[in-house]
Amino acid sequence: MCLGIPAKVISILDKENGTALVETGGVRREACVSLLSLQGKSINNLIGEWVLLHVGFAMAIIDQQEALDTLALIASLDGIDANND
Amino acid sequence: MKQAMNFRDPHRVNRLIKCIQAKAAPVAERLGRPLQIMEVCGGHTHAIVNTGLNQLLPSSIELIHGPGCPVCVLPTHAIDQAVALAEYSNHILVSFGDPLRVPGSQHSLLDAKAKGAQINTIYSPLDALKLAKSYPNKTIVFFAIGFDTTIPSTACTLQMALQQGISNFRVLCHHICLIPVLMTLLKQQEIQLDGFLGPGHVSMVIGVQAYKPIVQKYHKPLVIAGFEPVDILHALYKLVQQFSTQKYAVQNAYSHVVSATGNQPAQQAINEVFISGVDAKWRGLGLVPISGLSIRPQYRSLDATLLLEKKYCTKQESDPTYCKKVLTGSLKPQHCPWFGNKCTPHHPQSGLMVSSEGACAAFYSSSTKAKQG
Amino acid sequence: MSNDQIITLAHGAGGEVMQQLIDKLFLKAFNDKPLRQKEDQARIPLAELHAKGDRLAFTTDSYVVSPLFFPGGDIGKLAVCGTLNDLAVGGAQPLYLSAGFIIEEGLSLTLLEEIVYSMAKTAKEQGVSIITGDTKVVERGMADKLFINTTGVGVIPQSIQLSAANARPGDKILVSGFIGDHGATVMLARDNLGLHSDLQSDCAALYPLINQLLLQHTHDIRCIRDVTRGGIGGVLSEIAQASNITIELDEVALPVRSQTRGICELLGLDPLFLANEGLAVFVVDHQHAETVLQLMQQHPLGQHAQIVGEVTAFSINHLHLKTRYGARRIVNVPYGLQLPRIC
Repeated sequence: MCLGIPAKVISILDKENGTALVETGGVRREACVSLLSLQGKSINNLIGEWVLLHVGFAMAIIDQQEALDTLALIASLDGIDANND
Repeated sequence: MKQAMNFRDPHRVNRLIKCIQAKAAPVAERLGRPLQIMEVCGGHTHAIVNTGLNQLLPSSIELIHGPGCPVCVLPTHAIDQAVALAEYSNHILVSFGDPLRVPGSQHSLLDAKAKGAQINTIYSPLDALKLAKSYPNKTIVFFAIGFDTTIPSTACTLQMALQQGISNFRVLCHHICLIPVLMTLLKQQEIQLDGFLGPGHVSMVIGVQAYKPIVQKYHKPLVIAGFEPVDILHALYKLVQQFSTQKYAVQNAYSHVVSATGNQPAQQAINEVFISGVDAKWRGLGLVPISGLSIRPQYRSLDATLLLEKKYCTKQESDPTYCKKVLTGSLKPQHCPWFGNKCTPHHPQSGLMVSSEGACAAFYSSSTKAKQG
Repeated sequence: MSNDQIITLAHGAGGEVMQQLIDKLFLKAFNDKPLRQKEDQARIPLAELHAKGDRLAFTTDSYVVSPLFFPGGDIGKLAVCGTLNDLAVGGAQPLYLSAGFIIEEGLSLTLLEEIVYSMAKTAKEQGVSIITGDTKVVERGMADKLFINTTGVGVIPQSIQLSAANARPGDKILVSGFIGDHGATVMLARDNLGLHSDLQSDCAALYPLINQLLLQHTHDIRCIRDVTRGGIGGVLSEIAQASNITIELDEVALPVRSQTRGICELLGLDPLFLANEGLAVFVVDHQHAETVLQLMQQHPLGQHAQIVGEVTAFSINHLHLKTRYGARRIVNVPYGLQLPRIC
């Protein structure tokens, strides 16, 4: 269910209402970013971040470091298996 | 996007499949049958069928398509309500594309449109609000469907409508929550599932912790997965690992998007706008306790059900006989006596055959033949 | 004609206003001899046709695109290219077109002029004459702004024998460029989805490309089809049925622009079933597929051509897709229009 795809925040359109211009694969759209937890930071910090977009709402900031860590973990699986099995 | 390509990388896919194969074989041998894993989410069903992962997985793992497609479980009376509202003069019903072909008791929304009802397809509830501003003399009714992932967007849109005083905007709310249906599934006696692939985008809203009570109570593992092939296989690997060690827990294989506590501003928006824990009817499953939402009194002026005649609010219906079995994983779509004859994508009997994510439609349109070559 | 005029019922009523529209717009723009002679029919010398080949190709299509103007084209250009392509994929040299207009009253005359001149320009570039036509104006609400019907006539040279029933196991499937561009562009141009991109419709007349390929590979090319509404998936399913064969597509080889892919991912659509208006698929004898591909890629209309699949078997008439992971799935043509989805 729940089609969600990564999109990059290009610019902030309306600080008050929390709207931003986001882009994915060269396709742009106005999105609502007001449901993201900014943890005290300015909304401008979102520019350049990748967010998970669902029905025009950014629902999560994609943690690039976590993604890299996951990939590294997967890369190491072969070794673990070879030892165990 | 570059990152996304890494999660589509065929080399990583192949390696993960080998790892899963090595770990799953001894478990299946111990059980004397393949592991039965339900992908709860229709998005996973779609991804698995489209990429052909189901063909590439070892025979020690059997994937069961779950109920996680909000369109598939949309009850007939929800469609009837939407059709009735669309047929009112001076009303425009705006909807995602998904429910348009789902059969109601008389018509689908597409039928109603062909007969003159005004129905617009949109991508975002924000566009529904824009439409309301552009047509102040018409009533714009947004047909709100979807699981926990989509509920915050409706909540936020209702907040905006109230704040901005947009009085010609209404919401027909048929949102449903996923955890209660997992509970209902697990209570079924006949169910034979070993574990669950957890829905990545629902989890992004509700967080990893939300699943803990279920896993503790029923001792079934659940691993949250993203939607790229590497994400899905990574989660399957973690599941199989749990079966190996026979220690069951909630795990998160989608940690770059899903956090322990989920999206808290989104949860707050839901709580502010909706009362949760309302019983809701699902097509196929019947009444699922505490799975629905109702609009809070302070947002009542935006509730589209108040526009409806009473008969649309109490309608009962009978469920197609076999859908429940398919939804609970005890009947495979291709073994349903209606599959491919009485029920096809051209003449669907239920949402399972309408949505491209519905277990039956997914199976119908991509019935696979040859294995890898 | 002045700028703020609109089309009224009088423009289709057969009186003086209609005559003026015909004289000052259609005759002027299309400027063809048979049209100017104002007979009830265009008259085409048979000898001229006969010199070009042994079969007359004859086709018709109606165009109802909304919006009338979109990035990369307009309904006029579409109405000419679409019908010319239907002739060209049969191996015919397109020669003549008719043009029928059904206009909703209230349409801006300036817009109509722009569309008519776009048709004239496209036809002229292709060396084709618009030699007969018709105009009807209907009351507001009875049509959506403007519908155009075009009928085309061309001649097929004796040596050419293309058919959708010709494909056989081993043949390669070539596609002349990116899939789905027109469908994705028009969907965004309707502007109800709030999505924006620099994507353009691929709307183009394909005869120059097809002619060049057929001159050198008359017998190596078994079948050509232009890709329209049903997308490449729809066309290949038709060929599979007509030839009673199975076609297997290679997911990795399919040329899809990043914008089209982006739109498909956002809206949950399958690019295999998005429309094109200047794209053709070719079924080619496998021994010559590479040569035909190279020739195609040298032509401006085929720069992004690719070999995307092959005919794998007789008598199953399925379309298969080999995924990038090596799995195979059956591709079924969707029931109706693809709808954007959230789940």
